[in-house]
Amino acid sequence: EKSRQGIFGRIAKLFANDDPITDELWDELEEALLQADVGLETTQYLVNRTLDRVNRHGVKKAREARDMLKAEMVRTFAEYAGQKRPDAKPYVILVVGVNGAGKTTLIAKLAHRYKNRFGKKVLLAAGDTFRAAATEQLETWAERAGVPCVSLGQGADAAAVVYKAIDAALEQDVDILIVDTAGRLHAKYNLMQELEKIRNIIARKLPGAPHETILVIDATTGQNGVLQAKAFLKAAGVTDVAVTKMDGTAKGGIAFAIAQDIERPIRYIGTGEKLDDLALFDAQTFVDALFAEPKTVKG
Amino acid sequence: MFESLSDRLQAVFQKLGSKGILTEEDVREAMKQVRLALLEADVNFRVVKDFVAKVTEQAIGEEVTKSLTPHQQVIKIVHQELINLLGAENVPLQEARPGPTVIMLVGLQGTGKTTLAAKLALHLRKKGKRVLLVAADVYRPAAITQLQALGRQLNIPVYSEGTQASPPDIAEHALEHARKELFNVVIIDTAGRLQIDEPLMQELEQIENRVHPIERLLVVDAMTGQEAVRVAETFNQRVKLTGVVMTKMDGDARGGAALSVRAVTGVPIKFLSTGEKVDGNTLEVFHPDRLASRILGMGDVLSLIERA
Ligand SMILES: Nc1nc2c(ncn2[C@@H]2O[C@H](COP(=O)(O)OP(=O)(O)OP(=O)(O)O)[C@@H](O)[C@H]2O)c(=O)[nH]1
Ligand SMILES: Nc1nc2c(ncn2[C@@H]2O[C@H](COP(=O)(O)OP(=O)(O)OP(=O)(O)O)[C@@H](O)[C@H]2O)c(=O)[nH]1
Ligand SMILES: [Mg+2]
Ligand SMILES: [Mg+2]
Repeated sequence: EKSRQGIFGRIAKLFANDDPITDELWDELEEALLQADVGLETTQYLVNRTLDRVNRHGVKKAREARDMLKAEMVRTFAEYAGQKRPDAKPYVILVVGVNGAGKTTLIAKLAHRYKNRFGKKVLLAAGDTFRAAATEQLETWAERAGVPCVSLGQGADAAAVVYKAIDAALEQDVDILIVDTAGRLHAKYNLMQELEKIRNIIARKLPGAPHETILVIDATTGQNGVLQAKAFLKAAGVTDVAVTKMDGTAKGGIAFAIAQDIERPIRYIGTGEKLDDLALFDAQTFVDALFAEPKTVKG
Repeated sequence: MFESLSDRLQAVFQKLGSKGILTEEDVREAMKQVRLALLEADVNFRVVKDFVAKVTEQAIGEEVTKSLTPHQQVIKIVHQELINLLGAENVPLQEARPGPTVIMLVGLQGTGKTTLAAKLALHLRKKGKRVLLVAADVYRPAAITQLQALGRQLNIPVYSEGTQASPPDIAEHALEHARKELFNVVIIDTAGRLQIDEPLMQELEQIENRVHPIERLLVVDAMTGQEAVRVAETFNQRVKLTGVVMTKMDGDARGGAALSVRAVTGVPIKFLSTGEKVDGNTLEVFHPDRLASRILGMGDVLSLIERA
């Protein structure tokens, strides 16, 4: 219990007062970032940059140094945000990521959001035809969200599902088509090629599509996340990142390295297993949480 | 990123030009690189700190064997210490006498529990056991259907009461059913849960109290970062874990989380799981030396050093 409190507890204390800036402070700062999965390279980069700025600006108080580091992180996230999104109908969203990251659940949340908040006509495509009961899972979610779902069942050709869904979207005057894909490890060449193929098929069938490709990253992901992001960027042309399972104690610090590495915005945050458990990414909130005490109980 | 530890250490010793005996400066410089390698492999920060302190102490003053260069000597020490920390090879699954042997799978969402349930069932059937799978995830959409589909594929029966029953009841009824039908092994697939989700953690304790699973396996995704330790500690406090299974080892994650979990909880790593397919040889028995090499990202270099 003591050790768990340790790192984050001490940090919060050190920074809360007007103590002078010491070496120990920088060490503790580094520890906090490492514990949050920011990664050593990125952590050292951030800490050194902040150290520089602190020296240049003659900053004297620990708390101000912390705020500078946070501002540095927030600024980096902001660099990739706010890009223009194409105007299209149907607007096609492709969702990709490694196994179990939370793709299917995110799709359900997005469908719910587009339908209820923006009054859009949404259609889902059960493009994971590989995993046992993946289509049933998406169909159940579709029902709960009150949106239709095109499915050809397990074992069907994913390309055929996508074809059929685009036809249906055009026919039924759908605003938003969201395509689920099977989870795949980015290091598997064949599976990544297959994803590239699905993407190409969508583009051929509907020029300009997919208009958005969301990479789903589990908040508990460690340093492997950067490799995931690079591989999915290459194969699927990722435009946005969603970080799921942020309702746990994981801080999702790898998102920082990912955003920086593939130069894409973090767009959504998954905060649970229900349809409403979705938030838009807010850099300040995210960075604040990175330095906050770990949660202990869920209400 | 992910430059090999060997290359990095080589650069260190070129700069230092050491031979003969590892000096304090040699070791301190080398350990910076070791620390980096372990953190990149997702070994927990606290575990890295202890590890580096221990190995530093051990390596200073160490004689460099004639057949090895200083950097190879450091790698050898680090590798051996990792193996020690990872613990014994192949701790087998326990069997309950009298049976049936009850195995409960627990872990965070999406780590691979349901898939592992099917893989384990096949693994044990190959050893001549009659296995019953139990669908105790009543929350995730189509979780039961998923387990049933896998069971059908492998021709292994699945006990289910739908989504209205409570998981502890389901587990107890499944065990009664298994006794009556003379099953040897009962594998309970539980819903993924956060370790801070109090109601769901209590549910696990209730299942445990009702059916006394002799094996309580934590399923950990090989891609997990620093969080693994926190998760494992809590699950271990709540349901006294008997083993850890690392899944998705077919990727390129180094799997340092396994080392962390082992180091912090002392719970043995029982299997490594590879691949989404449940048939075939998808469960690997755990070899500490192989995982140590993987964590250091240097299989080939090591086999050379081992032979020296
Ligand atoms: N706590 C929590 N759990 C989540 C969140 N998002 C998804 N999950 C859970 O994570 C598990 C995996 O989610 P899925 O949506 O099936 O993941 P996926 O990426 O589609 O998985 P595959 O298709 O098998 O690759 C499920 O148990 C979900 O309920 C989240 O934001 N918070
Ligand atoms: N590549 C690979 N994928 C795996 C492995 N084990 C499981 N998976 C995949 O990971 C995803 C999640 O697996 P599940 O077995 O559904 O995980 P779970 O822990 O039961 O998930 P929840 O019940 O939602 O908590 C699926 O896409 C599986 O096919 C593995 O060893 N390698
Ligand atoms: Mg899915
Ligand atoms: Mg499951």
